[in-house]
Amino acid sequence: MKKVFVALLILIAGAHVWAAPLLINGAGATFPYPIYSKWFDEYSKANPDIQMNYQSIGSGGGIKQISSHTVDFGASDGPMTDAQLQKAEGQLLHFPTVLGGVVPIYNVDGVVTSLKFSQEAMAKIFLGQVTLWSDPLIKKDNPSVHLPATSITVVHRADGSGTTYCWTDFLSKISAEWKNRVGKANSVNWPVGLGGKGNEGVAGLIKQTPNSIGYVELIYATQNKLDYGALENKAGKFILCSNASVSAAAANAAKNMPRDFRVSITNAEGNESYPASTFTWLLIYRRQSDGAKGKALVDFLDWMLTKGQTYADDLGYAPLPANVIPMEKDAIKLIEIKG
Amino acid sequence: MDRLFRALTFIFALAVLALAALIAFELYRNSVLSQKAFGWSFLTRQIWDPVEEDFGALTFIYGTLITSALALLLAVPVGIGVAIFLAELAPKPMSEVCAFLIELLAAIPSVIYGLIGIFVIVPIMRVQVQPFLIKHLGFLPLFKGPAYGIGLLTAALVLAIMIVPFITTITREVLMSVPREQKEAAMALGATRWEVVRMAMLPYARSGIAGSVFLALGRALGETMAVTMVIGNSTHIQASLLAPGYTMAAVLANEFAEADSELYTHTLIEVGLALFVITIIVNGIARLILGRMKVAPVS
Repeated sequence: MKKVFVALLILIAGAHVWAAPLLINGAGATFPYPIYSKWFDEYSKANPDIQMNYQSIGSGGGIKQISSHTVDFGASDGPMTDAQLQKAEGQLLHFPTVLGGVVPIYNVDGVVTSLKFSQEAMAKIFLGQVTLWSDPLIKKDNPSVHLPATSITVVHRADGSGTTYCWTDFLSKISAEWKNRVGKANSVNWPVGLGGKGNEGVAGLIKQTPNSIGYVELIYATQNKLDYGALENKAGKFILCSNASVSAAAANAAKNMPRDFRVSITNAEGNESYPASTFTWLLIYRRQSDGAKGKALVDFLDWMLTKGQTYADDLGYAPLPANVIPMEKDAIKLIEIKG
Repeated sequence: MDRLFRALTFIFALAVLALAALIAFELYRNSVLSQKAFGWSFLTRQIWDPVEEDFGALTFIYGTLITSALALLLAVPVGIGVAIFLAELAPKPMSEVCAFLIELLAAIPSVIYGLIGIFVIVPIMRVQVQPFLIKHLGFLPLFKGPAYGIGLLTAALVLAIMIVPFITTITREVLMSVPREQKEAAMALGATRWEVVRMAMLPYARSGIAGSVFLALGRALGETMAVTMVIGNSTHIQASLLAPGYTMAAVLANEFAEADSELYTHTLIEVGLALFVITIIVNGIARLILGRMKVAPVS
């Protein structure tokens, strides 16, 4: 009798160990993919019964998939528009996870120092109105640098990208003409320039094309040891992009954070704020019809806001500013779990 | 058994037709929004503004046609020339080795061609070829403008390199299948080597060669990765061949994943539909031209 009992116990224990883990699927932005995969890996180690699976198909794809509810969560580098939110199958919540910055990179004959770009100069370069490196608008802020009188080749992303969203959002905020003529989106109708595919395409074109300028993610620039320029922020200071200056922009923008976290933090107030910064978001339905999945998602969000944030710096992402975390903890309480 | 075989092959043939029809139907069905919004002017306008959702595909159609045409222009003479040399003039071992290497070229993934394009061809184009063209032919609008290295001409060149193996491999095979009697008859009439090739072999192999050109054209029209890496991806049409351009396949590859509104997606699918139809039309025209050639007397 005792033997049978023990055998039964082993069987039950075994069945428990062998139970398939709860699979939670997500899809979306490529920019946060390295930290998300680290997070999901670490989280699954701590919670072996939950496995998270993330497809980095791009922000647009993530929004599409979560809107039609073919995944359990989405991810995007740009906030969803009102029209997109209305098309979704239910009320979607935005949860900022980490931050990123977009930096100008360039290849100018004879220039090895970091250039400073005023807001007016940057907007006019991308509008095709400042066409020479020796233009007084660029020279004015770089008096000690010898800038050649060669024409500027603008390089932009050819594929749709959250990086482009952040950059064009920044340009829209600093230039009324850009806002009216071009606007902000994952891909736009570029007034001038060549298109490269991906960060590596843009960086490759700039490396090969003398006197060119373009933009890439901060992480891409630091990982590949590219030099990048400083941008003038709203306060008129020239700021180099770094995790500190990106977090500073977020902390300043958080003072007026809307309840749904759909906020653009480009050109934020504050002396230390880097102007081309952005949150990246997880998109999660407010009403979770699958109780187990809903609980797991809430638990993951709590983990992401505490333990998860400690991984950010090492992987090159700017962590959330301290004042955003309690706001998100309140927002997590909005999630309604059935069953 | 014969009837079974016949029925089976008939079903296979039908499946190809059904597949093509299904692709056309799905492309049509999933692009109705864009057809409604822009009508036929979609094909004739060159605006491409995802922010305002105002789209026209002319830039891409132009880019696809011009790069494919240029690529054929460069690749057909070279491809057929190589094939004639390998089939007729080269010593047998050399012919075998070369044919093997050329078949190998056809198997290289297009992204590799794109990388070779970026790292090898683009610098040569920027530093040597394009400045030369601008200096000597710059009076033509076709060769104006700054030497970016990338652009329509570079894309056409990379495409040409990619399609030469198709033309050469098939043409060599058909030339080698020309019956010896045919060649010997021409030689007996006192024809020189060149005349044998021109009068006895090329006419005989014409339909095979035409087939190789169709295959090459199909690949050039639909090539995505290598082209998007070297064409410059600019949505504005410029007269110069040295300027950046865009093709239909490239815009699909670049923008489809991030197309976030329904109209945008439908528009991209309509670009796919246009590419499908244009491929059929271009192939039809090519067939027509080559069919005419067959009627012309062989002299």
